[in-house]
Amino acid sequence: MADLSSDFLGIKSPNPFWLASAPPTDKKYNVMRAFEAGWGGVVWKTLGSQVKNVSSRYSAVNFNGSKLMGFNNIELISDRPLEINLREIKEVVREFPDRAMIVSLMADNTKESWHELIKRTEDTGAHGIELNFGCPHGMSERGMGSSVGQDPEIAKMVVEWVMERATIPVITKLTPNVHSVVPTGKACVEAGTNGLSLINTIQSITGIDLDNFVPNPNVGGSSTYGGYCGPAVKPIALKMLATLSLNNVTNKVPISGIGGVSTWKDAVEFMLLGASNVQVCTAVMKHGFRIVDDMKDGLNNWMDEKGFKTIGDFIGKSVPTLSKWEHLDLNYHIVADINQDKCIKCGLCYITCEDTSHQAINLKYGNPYNTYTIKEEDCVGCNLCKLVCPVDGCISMLEKRKGSEYLNWIEYQERGLPLNDH
Amino acid sequence: MAIKNNRLTEEQYKTNFSDIHPPFETKNTALFEANRCIFCFDAPCTKVCPTSIDVPKFIKQITTDNIKGSAVTILSSNIMGGSCARVCPVEKLCEGSCVFNKTHETPIQIARLQRYATDIAMNQQWKLFDRKPSIGKKVAVVGAGPAGLSCAHQLSQEGVDVTIFEKESKAGGLMTYGIAAYKVTPEFCKEEVDYITSIGGIEIKYNQELGKNVSLTSLQQNFDAVFLGIGVGLARKLDIPGENLEGVYDAIRFIYNLRNNDFNKTAVGDKVAVIGMGMTAIDAATQAKRLGAKEVTLVYRRTELEKPCTDVELEIAKLDGCSILWLAAPKEVIGENGKVKSLVCSKMELGKPDASGRRTPIDTNDTIILDVDMVIKATGQIPYTALLKNIGIRNSDGKIVIDESSSSNITAVFAGGDCVNGGKEVVDAVQAGKDGAVSILNYLGAK
Repeated sequence: MADLSSDFLGIKSPNPFWLASAPPTDKKYNVMRAFEAGWGGVVWKTLGSQVKNVSSRYSAVNFNGSKLMGFNNIELISDRPLEINLREIKEVVREFPDRAMIVSLMADNTKESWHELIKRTEDTGAHGIELNFGCPHGMSERGMGSSVGQDPEIAKMVVEWVMERATIPVITKLTPNVHSVVPTGKACVEAGTNGLSLINTIQSITGIDLDNFVPNPNVGGSSTYGGYCGPAVKPIALKMLATLSLNNVTNKVPISGIGGVSTWKDAVEFMLLGASNVQVCTAVMKHGFRIVDDMKDGLNNWMDEKGFKTIGDFIGKSVPTLSKWEHLDLNYHIVADINQDKCIKCGLCYITCEDTSHQAINLKYGNPYNTYTIKEEDCVGCNLCKLVCPVDGCISMLEKRKGSEYLNWIEYQERGLPLNDH
Repeated sequence: MAIKNNRLTEEQYKTNFSDIHPPFETKNTALFEANRCIFCFDAPCTKVCPTSIDVPKFIKQITTDNIKGSAVTILSSNIMGGSCARVCPVEKLCEGSCVFNKTHETPIQIARLQRYATDIAMNQQWKLFDRKPSIGKKVAVVGAGPAGLSCAHQLSQEGVDVTIFEKESKAGGLMTYGIAAYKVTPEFCKEEVDYITSIGGIEIKYNQELGKNVSLTSLQQNFDAVFLGIGVGLARKLDIPGENLEGVYDAIRFIYNLRNNDFNKTAVGDKVAVIGMGMTAIDAATQAKRLGAKEVTLVYRRTELEKPCTDVELEIAKLDGCSILWLAAPKEVIGENGKVKSLVCSKMELGKPDASGRRTPIDTNDTIILDVDMVIKATGQIPYTALLKNIGIRNSDGKIVIDESSSSNITAVFAGGDCVNGGKEVVDAVQAGKDGAVSILNYLGAK
């Protein structure tokens, strides 16, 4: 049995799976159910400025019959009375002392508002604070949320206000609605934030109703940009996380990974790229809290298999394998190989290579089954055929180096080797 | 033991003859299945379809909510796509060649998806095909079965005025008269014929039998071309003693009767022997059982390995409780007071392969006697040899001989379907009708 316990800035939780600040964490009833189901911690839905919500609030992107590949919301921060939220947070902390209780905050844009909110939050016994610098809808129009996160100077100022008052760990949650998360991340670290978390949602329009022409979600015949999340955003989140892990300022603080985490595998990927733990929302909004069972179980089995005793053994392990394109080895070469025993003759590899890649697959017509083979000399090793092949292990990429030595772009140019010669 | 009708309650008949392949109940279930399809390139399912329906395309169109496009994809290749979705032996055609079979996964339910799209098109009465303005050419089509209807539809699209001469009082041919009622309802057959003819330019004259009410000569005189889609006739004779006893039925006639009357008016025996193992034999056996026969035995002179029906069809018969007697050939029907009392069969064994490649059954001189009160013959159908001879059409054992352009030995007389191939699937007849139409249009200089 591996040790799944997590220590994030001294905040302990029995596993690295927290629920992100969102509808699933907006009241005691949900959070109690989450803790009973086994979640390691929660970030309570953002408290702060006074709001009023609209209906409807969510929309989704489905793909090939699979629902909620991407999810979008225009809900604001908590619309419940602050007193009730604070009382319930206090009660939950007392009932589940071994779980992490972080409270997300978004005060009005004055130092006093932030100080007042932090004081009242700390009085609940919560273990940490997460600053919501990411909400991309509604709040941002009022100069809060992502409006703060998109401007490193403003973010830095607010973090400074917060750090003057906070006595418990402060995590700053970043918005992805920027060209790079590094400037704001650096500014927040320099202003003293104890940790970072990312990503918040990405501004989006998920689709349009083709009968009434109104984008989703429809609020009485109108719509507005929402915040996109779910499995579709994971690759974007991973890349943004990696940029923080590779930056010498931002990688000095722990990072909580967010963005499309649905399974233990997703969680491991975030942690391999430097996240100390992960936060989940869309997956539980689709399936309920019960998914944490397999997340814990799967992580444990994987760690046992790999010989990792604690989660610290693998956090950040993939970061050193990332490099700039110009440092990649130009002598590394692979070619596709089709296992004819496994091939089901669907022709998908052929048509994609023929129409959109390098015409590197031979087609021998048969009735009704064709035979497909690789033209090794034309294969550039792009992976496309392997990616579209529906059969596991049917197409493999074989290593056929162009040369034995490591040769990158810089060296290649210096030697004056041929370009555009394919 | 007796042959009698009205054996079951109304409710039992309803249950026994309900749709054996029910449609998808909801859009969701259809979408779930459609999304399983991986959209093969140069897809095997399309290549084995006699009408070459672009299967991956029509399934993809279901997933994109383009049902109208999906229906066009199906019906432009096979105007009887609705029928074929119900009666095609897909296990040996499209579904049988689905690449999923190679991974031992369940193949895509192509027929059911095809039914989904075509049902919507027919229910919504979508007008998917336009008829070009009349080009002033007239074609007579003999037989309103799958071959004739498909030929007529293609011709009408190109502006030809078509008159179909049908010997029965309903159109659809084998679809209407010769297929198990639990596969396709008479109502559906009628709706499909109406849908096909709704393109306009097609008139069907009923109760017009070639050689009886209408002559080929008159058709040649009054039309620019003739297409013969006359199908094949009654069941082949057994040529054994006792064949004329009361209680010996022809499978085609038996199915025809039950398709033309209420189920409770179709008589069936207590113990029934069905001779043959083709699709028609299965349809006769299962329906005899479903009409209330106590015992039904399928008698076949070879083994399961050589059977003409598909595994799926045989499974239906077995699930219906029909018994199978392999390696038995009918030798004599024994009667009592002129009525069938038993069937004597020769026990067979397999010898050397014959021309069809199947091993020839050889009489062992041993016999087996089945106590039955009804014998249904389903060992293939007899072509209309005499008719063809009378009208002077070249034929080979009753099968009309045509060249590669569907043309018979008589100028301007074309043919296709069962009357040419001796009896194949509905889908083969539809393609033969299309081929005939293309040749006729060429002949008329219309294309």
